[in-house]
Amino acid sequence: MNKHQLDLVKEQIKEQVDEVEKSRPDGTSMVQKNKRKIKKIRSDVKVLEVNNLQVSFRTYGGEVEAVRGVSFDLYQGETLAIVGESGCGKSVTSNAIMGLIAQPAGIIKNGRVLFKGKELTGMSKPQLRKIQGVDISMIFQDPMTALNPTLTIGEQLTEGLRTHKKVSKQEAKQKAIEMLELVGIPNPIERLKQFPHQFSGGMRQRIVIAIALICDPELLIADEPTTALDVTIQAQILELFEEIQQKTEISIILITHDLGVVAKIADRIAVMYAGKIVEIGDKRAIFYTPEHPYTKGLLNSVPRLDLVEEELQPIEGTPPDLFSPPKGCPFTARCPYAMEVCDHVYPLTTTISESHAVDCWLQDERAKVLQELS
Amino acid sequence: MGKYIVKRFIMMIATILIIATLTFVLMHLIPGSPFEGERTTNPTIQANLEKFYKLDEPLHIQYLSYLKSIVTFDFGPSIKKPNESVNELLARGFPISFELGMATILVALLSGITLGTIAALRHNGLVDYFAMTFAVIGISVPNFVLATLLIQQLAVTWDLLPAATWSSPLHMILPIIALATGPTAIIARLTRSSMLEVLTQDYIKMARAKGLSPVRIIVRHALRNALMPVVTILGTMLAGVLTGTFVIERIFAIPGMGKYFVESINNRDYPVIMGTTVFYSAFLVFMLFIVDIVYGILDPRIKLHRKEGDA
Amino acid sequence: MTNSQEVVSPEDVKDEWFRPLPQEHGKAEAVVRPSLSYWKDAWRRLRKNKLAIGGLIFLILLMLFAIFGPIFSPYSVTATDYPSQNQPPSAAHWFGTDEAGRDVFTRTWYGARISIFVGVMAALIDFFIGIIYGGISGFKGGRTDSIMMRIVEVLYGLPHLLVVILLMVIMGASLTTIIVALTVTGWVGMARIVRGQVLQIKNYEFVTASKSFGARSSRIIRKNLLPNTMGPIIVQMTLTVPSAIFAEAFLSFLGLGIAAPFASWGVMANDALPVILSGHWWRLFFPALFISLTMFAFNVLGDGLQDALDPKLRR
Repeated sequence: MNKHQLDLVKEQIKEQVDEVEKSRPDGTSMVQKNKRKIKKIRSDVKVLEVNNLQVSFRTYGGEVEAVRGVSFDLYQGETLAIVGESGCGKSVTSNAIMGLIAQPAGIIKNGRVLFKGKELTGMSKPQLRKIQGVDISMIFQDPMTALNPTLTIGEQLTEGLRTHKKVSKQEAKQKAIEMLELVGIPNPIERLKQFPHQFSGGMRQRIVIAIALICDPELLIADEPTTALDVTIQAQILELFEEIQQKTEISIILITHDLGVVAKIADRIAVMYAGKIVEIGDKRAIFYTPEHPYTKGLLNSVPRLDLVEEELQPIEGTPPDLFSPPKGCPFTARCPYAMEVCDHVYPLTTTISESHAVDCWLQDERAKVLQELS
Repeated sequence: MGKYIVKRFIMMIATILIIATLTFVLMHLIPGSPFEGERTTNPTIQANLEKFYKLDEPLHIQYLSYLKSIVTFDFGPSIKKPNESVNELLARGFPISFELGMATILVALLSGITLGTIAALRHNGLVDYFAMTFAVIGISVPNFVLATLLIQQLAVTWDLLPAATWSSPLHMILPIIALATGPTAIIARLTRSSMLEVLTQDYIKMARAKGLSPVRIIVRHALRNALMPVVTILGTMLAGVLTGTFVIERIFAIPGMGKYFVESINNRDYPVIMGTTVFYSAFLVFMLFIVDIVYGILDPRIKLHRKEGDA
Repeated sequence: MTNSQEVVSPEDVKDEWFRPLPQEHGKAEAVVRPSLSYWKDAWRRLRKNKLAIGGLIFLILLMLFAIFGPIFSPYSVTATDYPSQNQPPSAAHWFGTDEAGRDVFTRTWYGARISIFVGVMAALIDFFIGIIYGGISGFKGGRTDSIMMRIVEVLYGLPHLLVVILLMVIMGASLTTIIVALTVTGWVGMARIVRGQVLQIKNYEFVTASKSFGARSSRIIRKNLLPNTMGPIIVQMTLTVPSAIFAEAFLSFLGLGIAAPFASWGVMANDALPVILSGHWWRLFFPALFISLTMFAFNVLGDGLQDALDPKLRR
């Protein structure tokens, strides 16, 4: 078959499909059109502001500086992904926002967290409890252990609702059923009486999400929500996040080490390393024009099936010990572009554009001179 | 759940059977039958023995009739007390022992769980340290030793509490303390370690993230899961308390079944020994069975074993 | 890579620092803490547990006294001396005397020998029977394992002390019969643990990995199996000893202890019961104290060992 004949056949098929399409009722379509999801990000409403957050843990071996000065903002309806290796401080950051840092071992040494203008750091436990689960909700990594095995999921769903809002048992039950439908659990009414061990991993994670959202929070923090799941289930859960965000304009902080996940649903990305955000920017900026050597390294280390004959390029080395964190840039030991200054002083923050900033000495004028020379 | 209960029931019957057989065999192994000797010159006793144990019949007939008597809750006559049977002794003494035992278990559960929970919540703090030191001491000091020490100090030297018999609530204090300390310590330690493990679980983190009050988290989420192991050891604990009543009753001169049992041991009143042993064993095994059922009810994974395929 | 302590502020950054940093290869993966072998690490952890070490020291001292005490004492263990009867502790008799005039101090160490002997023997015999039974059951698996475990389950359901009492009544009391009575049903606990361990490690991936490297079986057993399995077994043994000592004392209190004039702690305590009310406190106090202290020492040692040998808690 030559090209001309091929085109002809294509035309014919298209005509036939159009015929059938016209005969279908309005709004439905057999063809899966690539729906462009229009996201409404209200950049005038700042949901969360984190300012120079520093969190340390006092352990038997000394003080571990887990988070060493993290700052970012989050706007209504947007999804911010915090990316980094294990131990970089991303979970601790989210725990600190939620007020879940385990005392007395852990303390917020410095910095502020503001939720819609209200300062969370320094709030008393009872005050925080009014916010947890209601305004800010959090979900965790392992759905197999996130649910209490001795309580029905109905009880676990309604308990948050009835603690925070004055609703009757009936109303709570009704809302629980709605939530289960929202997250895509079939037969919700029967399922309410069942126990966690009667559900699969993917369904449990959906239930966890339902529990998190039942009080209509404005911010959802998801700490590695898909890491423990199969790839196919991962995709489903991420789609669920998108759907929910469409419907409720909820803001999401997504913590992950998986760039594939980030690519799908993040609006902005913060790259963390050894307790600091080394680069932050919107999705296009980070993926297409990353500036920080660590970010570049991360993107390079993702195996790609479409590029033939490429060696895997892991980043050499391991993150530094946070018992005595380096005074300079923590990535120095593993950085292929390291300079002396990197060893001495932590880099200044360079604003590349309105939505892109990076902490790296390579951005300094004097470094650019050096590069031109070499 | 049904399968579970049936399985446990069969185990129970099997165990009782084995004990009865064991007792029977052992009794007949005693050099020179326990049923003869200078003690049985009393004709009434002799007659009773012969009637009950069918001593003239071949061994297997004796065995079967013995089993039959146990099933019908008839535990035979006594050698030493010609006009009494084991059943009568049991009827008199067992209710008292039962009271002592149950009170002890209750005290042990309440104090042990509370102590263990507090220790877990104040992990590595002063309370935790003292509670656990107390717990180890509680496990180490045998209950009869504790009993004698208590009597010596509180009853004799300081004359605070009565030392003997079972006549008033006041009389119950020392025996219960002596008997309950060990179990309290065990339960406290177990609750503590179980709680510590539960508190690191994700669903507790989840509960905190939901903004639930600490009390609610502890009671509704943590304890429900942490107490499972405690239920499992409840059975062996009952056994310990039961054997503990023997010495405690003897020391405190409490007229319970334990006291009669110890006397019969010292007197070599073999039928009483046998009868009491079988009765006690059967009782224990039955209680273990009940505990197993309770555990099955509490753990939804067992309760719904049949419905596993629903997911 | 330096870890200089002074903080340099960004304004003081020198221009000449903008040149490439010579990288020392391998530095990036510098290991922070030296790694120890399993046993060394366990010993280190145990040493930190002061209570457990205290218990260990006590037990060592106890052994020494038990062995040498009666030998070096001027008093006999059994000879009676009625004129000296019922004396409270004094310079001549550190622990006082009993109703037959015997020195309580000397008898206490003699009692130590017996009580400890019973405890250790019971634990050892339990250990051997348990290892063989549990080992075979776990290793064979399948039907053999099922049957063997059924038997264990039923035996486990028997009230241990009741069976012991029964056996003692039948056999009469002596050192041998006590040990036999204790071990007849006591091995069950150890068997269960051993079987559990064997099952666990039978299929461990690193066993198969080791095998695939062609390592010899003895090496596999030594380096891989033992460290992981011995933990719970050792702990179980340290906890069997006090329960055996307890059982022996308990039997004595029921009148099923060793016959006079020899005495274990339990017998001494039992003999002291009738005279509590007469104020002869030292008769009861010392045996009771030593029973408790010994059990306490074994318990804290067992606890400490459990923490120290748990590979999951390695730091």
